[in-house]
Amino acid sequence: MNHPPVMPFNETEFALALMLLLLAPLAIAGVALINTGLGRSRSAAQSLLGALVIIAVSVIAFAVIGSAFAASSMNADHVIHLVGKPWNWMGRGPLLLSDLAASSGRSQLVTLFELFAASFAAIVPWGSGADRFRLAAATATTALLSVFVFPLLAHWIWGGGWLAQLGLNFSLGAGFLDAGGAATIHLLGGLSALAVIWIVGPRKGKFPREGLSTAMPGHNAVHVLFGCLLASLGWMAWNMAGALLWLSAAPATLVMTAINTLLSATAALAATFIVTRVRFGKPDASLCANGWLAGLVTSSACAALVTPLQALFTGLIAGIATPLLVELFELALSIDDPSGAISVHGAAGLWGLAAAGIFAPQPGQFLAQLIGIATLLGLIFPSIYLLFWMLNRVVPFRVDADGERLGMDLHELGGGAYPEFVVHRDESYR
Amino acid sequence: MKYAGLLIMPAGFILSIAAIILFPSPAYRAIFVICGIAVEVMGLIVAVRGHMLSRSETRP
Repeated sequence: MNHPPVMPFNETEFALALMLLLLAPLAIAGVALINTGLGRSRSAAQSLLGALVIIAVSVIAFAVIGSAFAASSMNADHVIHLVGKPWNWMGRGPLLLSDLAASSGRSQLVTLFELFAASFAAIVPWGSGADRFRLAAATATTALLSVFVFPLLAHWIWGGGWLAQLGLNFSLGAGFLDAGGAATIHLLGGLSALAVIWIVGPRKGKFPREGLSTAMPGHNAVHVLFGCLLASLGWMAWNMAGALLWLSAAPATLVMTAINTLLSATAALAATFIVTRVRFGKPDASLCANGWLAGLVTSSACAALVTPLQALFTGLIAGIATPLLVELFELALSIDDPSGAISVHGAAGLWGLAAAGIFAPQPGQFLAQLIGIATLLGLIFPSIYLLFWMLNRVVPFRVDADGERLGMDLHELGGGAYPEFVVHRDESYR
Repeated sequence: MKYAGLLIMPAGFILSIAAIILFPSPAYRAIFVICGIAVEVMGLIVAVRGHMLSRSETRP
C-alpha cells in the first residue's frame, strides 16, 4: 500500500486545529443565513429550520454509517489492483464511530472536520431548492449524500484514496489537493444543487411562457450580507484547519492561509461590484454577496497553496465570472437557482481546484487536479442525479401547488417567520 | 435527451482515467485528460439542453 506517512500532532498543533475546527461551523451558519435571505419571506422559517435539520441528519448519517466508508484504515481499505497499480476506492472502518475514542487525536480531528464538511455539502442544494423543495425530501437527499457520496469522495481525497495517491502511483504532483473542501464540499454541493433544481423544477411563475424570467429578489439583504461576514470568519478557520490536517502545514504558515482567504474574497467582491455596477448602473447587493462567497469558495482549494498575488487573481476571476454565470443560468438556461449555488459553489469550486493546479510548483499537479475535476463531473454528478431521481419517485421533492402558493412556512410548519408582516403573493412580482 | 447527456459524462471520466493508465508521456496524458473533460462538458450541455426542451413544453 502506498499511504503517505501521517505525522501525529504535537499538543500545540492539536489545540490549534481543535480551536480552528470549533470556529469552522460559522461558515455553515453564514451560508444558511444567506440561503434564508435569498429565499422569499414566506419560506424563511422553513429555510433556516431546514438548515438545522440537514445538519442534524447529516451528522447522524455520517457518524453512524458514512464514517466507515470515509475512514482511512491503512492496510484494511478496499483496494482494487488494476494494471499493476492499487486503486484504493473505499475505506473500511467500523460503524457508529465505535473505535474513535481509542484513536489518535489527529484521527478524531479528522472525523470532526468530516462531520462539519458533510453537513456543509448537504446545505448547499437546500438553498437552490428554496420555496419549493420539501423538507422531508431534503433530509432524504442529505442522508444519501452523507452515507454514500460524501464519504466516498472524502476517502478518495482525504483518506489516502486513489485521488490522493495519484502522485505516488502516476507521478502527478502531490496527488489531488483539496485542503479546504472545494471539491468534497463545494463542487459536490454545487452539482447536487443542479440535480435538485432539475428535479424540482423552477418556482411557479419564474419562467412565464412569454418574455424574460420573472425577478424574484431575496427577501432580506441584511441576512445575506451579514451571512457573508459570518461565513468569512468560519472560512478562514476552515481553510487553516484543512491546511493543518490535509497538507500538514506548519502552524507558522497558517496566517498566510487566512490572508489568502481574505484576499480572494475581497478581490471577488470588488470584481462583482464593478461588473454589476457596469451592467446594471448600480451594484447589486445579492450578486455582490454571491461574489464574496465565490471568492471564499475559490480560496478553499488554493488559499494554503498560493501566494497573495495569486489569491487576488483567483478571487478576481471568480468575482467576474459569478454574476455573469448567475445571469447565464437564469436567462439563457432556464435554471432557477435562488441561492446561486451552481455558480457560487460549483463553478467557483471548479475554478479554485484548477487554479491550485495551475499555481502549484510540482510538475503534474495540474493534471492531478483535472483528474479530480473529471471524477466529480463525469462520475459523481451522474450518480447524484440518478440517486436523486430514484429518491424523487419515493419521496417527491417538489411541494404541491397549494403548498407553493401558501409558502413553505405555512404549508410545512404551520406558521411564518414574520407573523406580523404582510406576505407578498405571487402576483406581487408581476 | 437529458438522460443521453448524463450517460455521455461517465465516458469522459473513463477516458481521463484511461489516459493516465495507458500513457506514460505527460503530454499524451494531458491531451487525453482534457479530451475526457471536453466529453463530460458536451454531455453536460446535452443534459442542459434536454432539460430546457422538456421545460419549455410544460411552462404555465
